[in-house]
Amino acid sequence: MDARRGSLPVPRVRQVGFFTPNAQPAPTRSQSGPPDSSSPPLSDSPASNSLSPVMIPPPRHHSDNLAAAPRPTSPLPVPEPSPFRRRGADNNNALLVGSYNPAETLLAMSPSSSHVGDGESEETMSGGWFRRSNSGKLASSLPSGTFDFSPVQSTAEALKPNKVQNPVGISVLNNTILAEVSARPAPKEQQPEAPSSSKQPKPKLTKAERRALQESQRAAKAAAKAVAAPEEVATIKSVKQHQTQKKDAPQVAVSVAASERKGGDKSQEKERRKDAPAPRMQFDDKSRVEKAKRRSVVDQTEAKKRVELFRHLPQYEHGTQLADLESKFLQLDPMHPAIYKVGLQYLAGDISGGNARCIAMLQAFQQVVKDYSTPPEKTLPRDLTAKISSYVSFFTQCRPLSMSMGNAIRFLKNRIAKLSPSLSESESKSSICTDIDRFINEKIVLADRVIVQHASSKVKDGDVLLVYGSSCVVEMVLLHSHELGKQFRVIVVDSRPKLEGKALLRRLVAKGVHCTYTHINAVSYVMHEVTKVFLGASSVLSNGTVYSRVGTACVAMVAHAFRVPVIICCEAYKFHERVQLDSICSNELGDPDAIGKVPGRMDVNYLNDVSNSGNLQLLNLMYDATPADYVSMIVTDYGMIPPTSVPVIVREYRRDHLLI
Amino acid sequence: MKEQTTRAMWWRSPSFILDNRQQAQPYDTARGGALSIPPPPSTAMADPNPNPNPLTDKISAYYQTRAAHHGVVSSDWLAQAQAAVGHIPDVDDDAANSDQGAPPGEPFSVIDEFNNWRKQPDLAEAVAAIRALAAVIRNSQATTMMELEIELKKASDSLKSWDTTSISLTAGCDLFMRYVTRTSALEYEDFNSAKTRLIERAEKFGEISYKARKIIAMLSQDFIFDGCTILVHGFSRVVLEVLKMAAQNKKLFRVFCTEGRPDRTGLRLSNELAKLDVPVKLLIDSAVAYSMDEVDMVFVGADGVVESGGIINMMGTYQIALVAHSMNKPVYVAAESYKFARLYPLDQKDMGPALRPIEFGVPIPLKVEVETSARDYTPPQYLTLLFTDLGVLTPSVVSDELIQLYL
Repeated sequence: MDARRGSLPVPRVRQVGFFTPNAQPAPTRSQSGPPDSSSPPLSDSPASNSLSPVMIPPPRHHSDNLAAAPRPTSPLPVPEPSPFRRRGADNNNALLVGSYNPAETLLAMSPSSSHVGDGESEETMSGGWFRRSNSGKLASSLPSGTFDFSPVQSTAEALKPNKVQNPVGISVLNNTILAEVSARPAPKEQQPEAPSSSKQPKPKLTKAERRALQESQRAAKAAAKAVAAPEEVATIKSVKQHQTQKKDAPQVAVSVAASERKGGDKSQEKERRKDAPAPRMQFDDKSRVEKAKRRSVVDQTEAKKRVELFRHLPQYEHGTQLADLESKFLQLDPMHPAIYKVGLQYLAGDISGGNARCIAMLQAFQQVVKDYSTPPEKTLPRDLTAKISSYVSFFTQCRPLSMSMGNAIRFLKNRIAKLSPSLSESESKSSICTDIDRFINEKIVLADRVIVQHASSKVKDGDVLLVYGSSCVVEMVLLHSHELGKQFRVIVVDSRPKLEGKALLRRLVAKGVHCTYTHINAVSYVMHEVTKVFLGASSVLSNGTVYSRVGTACVAMVAHAFRVPVIICCEAYKFHERVQLDSICSNELGDPDAIGKVPGRMDVNYLNDVSNSGNLQLLNLMYDATPADYVSMIVTDYGMIPPTSVPVIVREYRRDHLLI
Repeated sequence: MKEQTTRAMWWRSPSFILDNRQQAQPYDTARGGALSIPPPPSTAMADPNPNPNPLTDKISAYYQTRAAHHGVVSSDWLAQAQAAVGHIPDVDDDAANSDQGAPPGEPFSVIDEFNNWRKQPDLAEAVAAIRALAAVIRNSQATTMMELEIELKKASDSLKSWDTTSISLTAGCDLFMRYVTRTSALEYEDFNSAKTRLIERAEKFGEISYKARKIIAMLSQDFIFDGCTILVHGFSRVVLEVLKMAAQNKKLFRVFCTEGRPDRTGLRLSNELAKLDVPVKLLIDSAVAYSMDEVDMVFVGADGVVESGGIINMMGTYQIALVAHSMNKPVYVAAESYKFARLYPLDQKDMGPALRPIEFGVPIPLKVEVETSARDYTPPQYLTLLFTDLGVLTPSVVSDELIQLYL
């Protein structure tokens, strides 16, 4: 460990995660979550320091935020609940869009509600206390501004900065983004040359600073100018095709100004755009849903009654699609049978669990690649990528993709794009197949083995381990520790309606592990005897939030309250650079009827005749988000890390993930 | 005569008896082993190490050394005890010299080298280990890179197993291996120049580690303001350096020293501070909460900094951090980067135990159990900042650094 930073006369406080060092307050800052709420707000303006580029808000807030004066720094650099949510007070008007009343209780359950008291006291300090009487609770229980009740507009607007960006940048957006963008009905503000005129490049800005500056300027531009130029979409499209064809060649400057502005930063910018997640479909946008429906293979009837707060998530009448899809089997000629099979399995729920779904998908793709032959006058990389995209959208219609699957698809597309053009078709195909095999092997199978090694080192004799639901890695950890001869007891906590824990319980008991089975209702009762909690995860997000089976957050919070360490086992390929503060923005809705019915209990039929009534809405959420505060440790293939180090792994190893 | 009394009084101390009992045996075996069969260098390192801290009763050698260097038995015994402690190593020195004041062709033992370095009270254990490992490279007769690396690995393993309770020793060895062997220069050059390169890197690393304390002291100056009251716990050379520099910079501050039972290292620190004319107040360990409202910041050292960003330090640090946290006082940790260890304790019991004898002054009935753990784990949420030679870090950056270093 050398003194990389040399001798530093001036103390510097370094923080992990997202922050733009010394960033000057930009007008668009309205929302920010600290990467680690326990890290002290020592720097001048913590809120601005921890701003993530991902979270640059839509420009519509920016006038509000100009009004928000910079807050004084807390005099005591002592860890305390983060006061950053206070900005909500200034944003009340913006927040009151949409309906929140039916979900008041749900809001109260959202993780940020633990800061209610704090938020209130902060408001008092800022002089906005009089607002508290009407909407203080709402403001403080929502992460200010991030929670957007009109997601349609916000996505549309959030998209604008991307579009307004110079054409070079956009040329690398992948097909899906572009398709969605061009499908949008409204004319867009277009301003290809804009940044070049206003940009005054400062000599010593870091990348993050530059980015923040750019984004803010772009946002300001987008708000100021509104030049409708629908034709330019077409222009950009053609430019894009032009550009992608010579991807490896140095970028030809589309606009001279743009090229000299960007300089060496261009390629980085390009990669960043490519890595940026595509905006998700918002299912309460009628026109877009219609469009998507026309394109879709699976004919799904949308559920009629949906909980207001979750309208942006897809929800279909369960049970209708399967038969329909089966009957369509012979008509779907472009669909590869392997894809079709896996899609049906997703739909029927035969394959579940992040790893299993990901492996099934990758193997189906492998089959596709094997049977693939390039059509005449097409090139393999482009045609295959397009094919895979169409298959992915089929999978999405069967069941929303998990983040791990998204990462795997990104990897695959990247490999296809990076194929050397000199390779023959069969060589390219076999290279892709080996890449897929290696991904499965290195990122899933071997990673699991490493995780098991690490995690079982934490299992001690006499431990009482609590597990929730059924996670294959956690199961492997338990079985491995058992094989090592460790004496421990397992409490399997389960929840309706999936009752996945029973299957796990069966396998554990068969191996001779001493088990206790209970439902999540009793978790606070059993927690006092628990010494460690082991949980799986569907994904771990950059701010350390664990996105996992619904109920995980509850278990983690109870464990935290009982001072029981919570250990998350998750492969690093499931890490995602997105940040999520609640489980509302992105989630999956299950069959709403499943929670109303109790199988095997004919006497519990209270909902049978009411379920059609207009004032009953059933909500069956599949996932929830556990804030990083409740997680003691994440065991991953890179070792045991605190949740604050997730962005480090994402930052350092994302290249690895894409390139292996 | 003077010698006699010193000895007599010294022997009365139960801790000395224990020390003596533990030290006599290993030294004997070490000497015996060295005399009887001088084994070839590589096997000497592979040998079950000659001075294992007695694993049977698990007394931590690390804390033994600390007590010997910084502990205070009692004020009137202080001078005599130091004389005695100073005397015993002298004997050993002579013995060591007679043993291996041998020509350089004689077998070289990394443990002996390490012990020689370790006798300097100013030199941290990890730095001693780093110096010893550098000496391994220098004295190595290996002819290939592979051989040298294996030799180095063995030496570092034997050092690590010499005292498994010392976190900084293990971490220092690991870091040294990483730092020294992770250079691309090794691949193409011929062996001799590669070896010189290794030695260069090793010395540089030793140099960096040695200077770490000064860097930390410089970094932390901005956090000490005039009129502040600083609570320190135990004896930490880094913290002493920080306070010394602050005093030299004419800062006006006062220090509360805890007593630091059982080896009472806090007394030693208060002695040192009094010499610098810093106003010092001594507290018994249980008076921390009582005086916390007067305190502006807590300064502690660390035996090891773990991956979560928490620290492992002398018993009592955790409770001080808890009290400070509940009273919203910042807790600063001064620790050199070679103390960053790849450990992740989940709770207090999730560490290898490091035990040490505790005197109560009166005989303790046999039925009464005594907690003899020497250290505790302070989770990162109770720490404000870490002052390291890499800069001033928040606890979460520790893992960042470790990931960059090890993966």
